[in-house]
Amino acid sequence: MIEATGLTKHYGRTVAVDNLSFGVGEGRVTGFLGPNGAGKSTTMRMILGLDRPTSGDVRIDGEHYRDLKRPLTTVGALLDAKWVHPNRSARAHLRWLAAASKLPYSRVDEVLDIVGLTAVANKRAGGFSLGMSQRLGIAGALLGDPRVLLFDEPVNGLDPEGILWIRRFMHRLAAEGRTVFVSSHLLSEMAQTAQDLVVIGRGKLIYQGTVDDFIANATENTVVVRSPELDRLTELLRADGVSLVADGDAIRVSGVDSAAIGELAAANKIVLHELNPQIGSLEEAFIQLTGDTVEYTAHTDQHTAPAEPAGATEEAPPA
Amino acid sequence: MTALLATERIKLFTTRSPWWSMIMTLGITVGLAGMVALTHAGDRPLTVEHSQFGSQFGLMIITVMAALAVTTEYRFATIRTTFQAVPNRTSILLAKTAVVTGLAVVVGEITAFGSWAVAKLIDGGPELSIRDSGDLRMVAGVGLVYGVAAVMAVAVGILVRQSAGAISILLIWPLLAENLVGLIPRVGDDLRNWMPYVNAGRFLNGVDPEMPLSAWGALAYFAGVAAVLLGTALVVANRRDA
Amino acid sequence: MTLLAVERMKLFTTRSPWWCTVAALAVTIGFAALMAGTADAQAPLTVAATQFGYNFGLVVVMVMAGLAITTEYRFSTMRATFLAVPNRWSALLAKTAVVAVLAGIVGEIAAFGSWGIGKLIKPGVDLTLNTAYEWRAVAGVGLVYAVAAVVAVAVGVLVRHSAGAISLVLIYNLLVEGLIVLIPNVGPKIHKWLPFNMAHQFVTGNPDPTGRDVNFGPPLSDATLGPWAALAYFAGFAAVLLVIALAVANRRDA
Repeated sequence: MIEATGLTKHYGRTVAVDNLSFGVGEGRVTGFLGPNGAGKSTTMRMILGLDRPTSGDVRIDGEHYRDLKRPLTTVGALLDAKWVHPNRSARAHLRWLAAASKLPYSRVDEVLDIVGLTAVANKRAGGFSLGMSQRLGIAGALLGDPRVLLFDEPVNGLDPEGILWIRRFMHRLAAEGRTVFVSSHLLSEMAQTAQDLVVIGRGKLIYQGTVDDFIANATENTVVVRSPELDRLTELLRADGVSLVADGDAIRVSGVDSAAIGELAAANKIVLHELNPQIGSLEEAFIQLTGDTVEYTAHTDQHTAPAEPAGATEEAPPA
Repeated sequence: MTALLATERIKLFTTRSPWWSMIMTLGITVGLAGMVALTHAGDRPLTVEHSQFGSQFGLMIITVMAALAVTTEYRFATIRTTFQAVPNRTSILLAKTAVVTGLAVVVGEITAFGSWAVAKLIDGGPELSIRDSGDLRMVAGVGLVYGVAAVMAVAVGILVRQSAGAISILLIWPLLAENLVGLIPRVGDDLRNWMPYVNAGRFLNGVDPEMPLSAWGALAYFAGVAAVLLGTALVVANRRDA
Repeated sequence: MTLLAVERMKLFTTRSPWWCTVAALAVTIGFAALMAGTADAQAPLTVAATQFGYNFGLVVVMVMAGLAITTEYRFSTMRATFLAVPNRWSALLAKTAVVAVLAGIVGEIAAFGSWGIGKLIKPGVDLTLNTAYEWRAVAGVGLVYAVAAVVAVAVGVLVRHSAGAISLVLIYNLLVEGLIVLIPNVGPKIHKWLPFNMAHQFVTGNPDPTGRDVNFGPPLSDATLGPWAALAYFAGFAAVLLVIALAVANRRDA
């Protein structure tokens, strides 16, 4: 369980995270979604006590990270697979982590086995490919058998096999009842990995809830209807106050589901050739939502800071 | 070659280390000259040599800057990008050496004349006037010494490819090793006379009758060592995987 | 105790401490051999002369100590450390302790190695450690190295970049203190209280009973404190610097 309340981080005059409040529940994979530079990594670093919030608070199972005893046994994290000394072997890297958490060295071999790095355990980590580095990072996160796991862009740069492996892995961890919090800027990836979503843009919370609701709420679900009596159906729908647009030889109806349209057509004995619900994709929803924040923030920027000359001439009415 | 020089000039000045090293060199050497002039009192007048009090300090900072100009390229692997863009490694590395050296010379001249001017302004003693070639060499020569030292640092940087190692060698050698060598009984003095940085100091501070080389000979020797080192570095860089 | 074990593992599973140790030992003992080999009636071999490479070893040890911390920042393993041990004071104190102990051991091996090789090459010369001064000149080297390592760690924590930390530590130790003494009037007064001058006072001071030439041994000191007070002063300087560094690290984003 991770709970953030009013989390804010300023770097000089830049606001990286802006009054962010969200919760991450147990037994589910929660995706942390936002475009690059939205403040995901900063938020994760604040959760882990690496960066100090300018204001606000974030707790893991009710405690600040820096107050945890043997934190790796509560929280495992993979923020960056390159946080390893290149001249240290994979095993040596995990051994010092284990020693710091008072874990037996046998656990090192267990996690090496889980992520499939046993064969290269004594090789220097600097020579690892990105995929191997990610696996080593995951091994480090799993070392203390933690209840809470954080992964920052874990599939970045992985091959399809590696992506599939990580995805299954997250599901397994969540199924074991753990809290799994995964960040990504890849929406399709989140749709397949996460059940819940926390979406941010420009450091602000945009959405928190299930992936299904996100898609349902954020996208306008439409139904494509084809019929030889399209004009009559259009009139009937319009009479009910339903909005629709013509789309070639079909119409695109929004605001009502396909069942209602089918029943309306049956009641009026209208033949239907096609009744096709269009479910908005996560991408569309995401772009729609974050696109708004980008526009919104860009707009406020013009009020708080002097506009650049180029921008100003664009905005200025023609003389 | 002009294009290569422009490339290296852009690369050097779009990173931060040359800027802070310039500011530090200027600030500290000129500041030290001012401090010496202010605290100076007593029978013996302040000389031109006193005004160049901080020149060795500036020399070390310039050395660090020049070494970093190369080693940071290795650290961030931009050297690979460079070699991709200009496969002739000798010419691009020479261009880099030229740009770094040019900067070192300019910084050296500015700090040397700046230090002298500040000392003269504060103290104004008669011994502070530049009256002969020895006085002029003491001030104007600083830029030349900085330039050669920059070549040396670039060469060591290419050979070592690692900031920590290159800087350690480049600082420990002139500041410690050359002095220690001189302290070895019997052979020490002879060895010391042929140490490169000792000769650089000799060029600036005038002829010591016990030294085998003349002032300009000493500078030539210092430059010769730098050239040999640079030649070695270029050969190694050409053979080595980037 | 766990943290000390962790930092020990971290230090010895990388390469730079090893080659720094080898370099420090090779240079100090090598110089001692050179001094012993070339010694004659005009430049007699003394206990102090065997410690000729002391300052060289000192700067190499400081480079090692600085690197031990700055490479952690460079490869972000400092963040991994703070994740495993969120109490930054204890994590960094453990690291400082391990580095200082290693530096102390290197110092003792270097000093006694240098002394031993002197005895070996010139068996006829009496190099027995009789006086407190002679003991300090040899056994004291490890103490100075250990404290100097603390200084270098503190600078490393504050600066976080290898190049910057090494430049600072080397230029200060090898150049700045020597330049300050040359400032007219106030220079020598300030120089008396500079930390590395104090360290040299511990190893070479009070009084040098052989009345040796400046040339034959580690740098002589013009500090006025007694040797043990000088060491305490040097250690106090290191402690203050370390406390500042740790307070900064604790406040700062990792």
